[in-house]
Amino acid sequence: MRKTVFKGTALPLLLLAPQLVITAIFFLWPAGAAIWQSLLQEDPWGMSSQFVGIRNFTEVLAEPEWRGAAYNTLIFSTAVAVLAMGTALFLAVQADKSIRGANIYRTLLIWPYAVAPAVAAVLWLFLFHPSIGLVGRALNEAGIAWDYKLNGNQAMLLIIVAAAWKQVSYNFIFFLAGLQSIPRAVLEAAAIDGAKPVRRFWTIILPLLSPTAFFLLVVNLVYAFFDTFGVIHALTGGGPGKATETLIYKVYVEGVQNVNLGSSSAQSVILMILVIALTAVQFRFIERKVHY
Amino acid sequence: MKRAWPHLWLLLGVLIFATPIYITLIGSTHDASTIGRGDVPLLPGSHAVENYTAAWVSGGSGRFAVSPASRMLLNSTIMALCIAVGKIAISLLSAYAVVFFRFPGRMIAFWTIFMTLMLPVEVRIIPTYQVIVSMDLFNSMAGLTIPLIASATATLLFRQFFLTIPDEYVEAAKMDGAGPMRFFRDILLPLSVTNIAALFVILFIYGWNQYLWPLLVVNDRSLETIVVGMAKMIGTGDAQNEWNVIMAMAVLSLLPPVAVVLLMQRWFLKGLTETEK
Repeated sequence: MRKTVFKGTALPLLLLAPQLVITAIFFLWPAGAAIWQSLLQEDPWGMSSQFVGIRNFTEVLAEPEWRGAAYNTLIFSTAVAVLAMGTALFLAVQADKSIRGANIYRTLLIWPYAVAPAVAAVLWLFLFHPSIGLVGRALNEAGIAWDYKLNGNQAMLLIIVAAAWKQVSYNFIFFLAGLQSIPRAVLEAAAIDGAKPVRRFWTIILPLLSPTAFFLLVVNLVYAFFDTFGVIHALTGGGPGKATETLIYKVYVEGVQNVNLGSSSAQSVILMILVIALTAVQFRFIERKVHY
Repeated sequence: MKRAWPHLWLLLGVLIFATPIYITLIGSTHDASTIGRGDVPLLPGSHAVENYTAAWVSGGSGRFAVSPASRMLLNSTIMALCIAVGKIAISLLSAYAVVFFRFPGRMIAFWTIFMTLMLPVEVRIIPTYQVIVSMDLFNSMAGLTIPLIASATATLLFRQFFLTIPDEYVEAAKMDGAGPMRFFRDILLPLSVTNIAALFVILFIYGWNQYLWPLLVVNDRSLETIVVGMAKMIGTGDAQNEWNVIMAMAVLSLLPPVAVVLLMQRWFLKGLTETEK
């Protein structure tokens, strides 16, 4: 807390005005509208709407399509988080071993962070397209019927790979920083006591890295939930069938294509609760980190 | 040999990471029929100039044609700059107000800004879109950028930094008769330069890579951004697409943000680790 401050009320309010006005118009008002609309049902012609309480929510939660999308989201985000974090941790451990090379490898690995999710999807499409892609063609020639446009599991696999590829850079930077902050003396002491590298990793490195890993888990889940809309939209459009339709994609389909406002808003509100929960978890963790 | 293993693994990692981009780069130098046949080339071809020219001036032909890359790159640049500069500007001002003044409603203002952290555009798609339409901002650069420039992250970062500035600076400024705006301009801004640079890199990429929002609020071809435009060119993903031009477009769409990260790596790393505190 500052002791010396400037006097005045009008000036600070004026300074805050741009941020507060934008927040009110484009964040709070729409969020309120989403909550309000989620409690209404429009008639099929959009002429009038009536208050229906939580009916939209109970309907959404009972819908097989919504449950399917929730299941897809679970599979997708778990796979993205595990793949992106596992690869990043493995590479960071390798990079940490070579003291001089670490920064060079970091430069060579961080650039996918800058690639837009939709563009990342397209880059992987060039590899896995069944007829023009290097890997896609090789698979078909090897007798494995590969076509992400027909096979739902293959479509899911492709969006997982594309989404994870982009996120590895981010995880790598944080894991490497975490590894480099582990005191060498601790590791050397363990080595002198006869702990083999694998044992050192599981009993010393991993526990000391767990705050970083936990933080990254939350970040990766948020990324997989919300930022991967572009990957899915550019690559599969939720298809084939609804095999790659995630919760966020379904809100888009329901609201933009089907113009079912009540249902779309109810789904938005469910997602909002999810974000709030994740943010709360993240901030609890950060408070804990302060004590370290 | 034992020392070589980490390097081998890392090189393998780097290679796998670069493969999709390498294939795209190579593909963008061949003609459409070579790629369409499925003879995936591994070495550069001789059609680079015509592919990039086609992407630059026409944005492809046929069903999935988009605006020329020159237009879309300009739109993306304006959008990314407006978002990055806008976010930094309004966040600097609000962090300054919250940290260096005591006034009624201060905590309410702070928490209002903080709440936006929990409301990403993806969860309030339709109502935000309705606000844009009712304000007549549909199909405009203002509609594309203004709703995205409120930033809890940037405000929190600057607040954190401002809290570390010693009280003596403020006292000295007051003693010399400098008013609050003078203090802000002559002392606070110069001290914040590294933080601003770090944040700029992160926010420029954030702005450049926007996808869902431009998809919703812009359908005017002249306002198309390159990330959305290039994804549109894929259409249904037919083998008959002009893949060579699409690949050139993909390269053009990722070059600016990748260049920013690699050229401003120091600030990028700082920005990344600071914004997540």
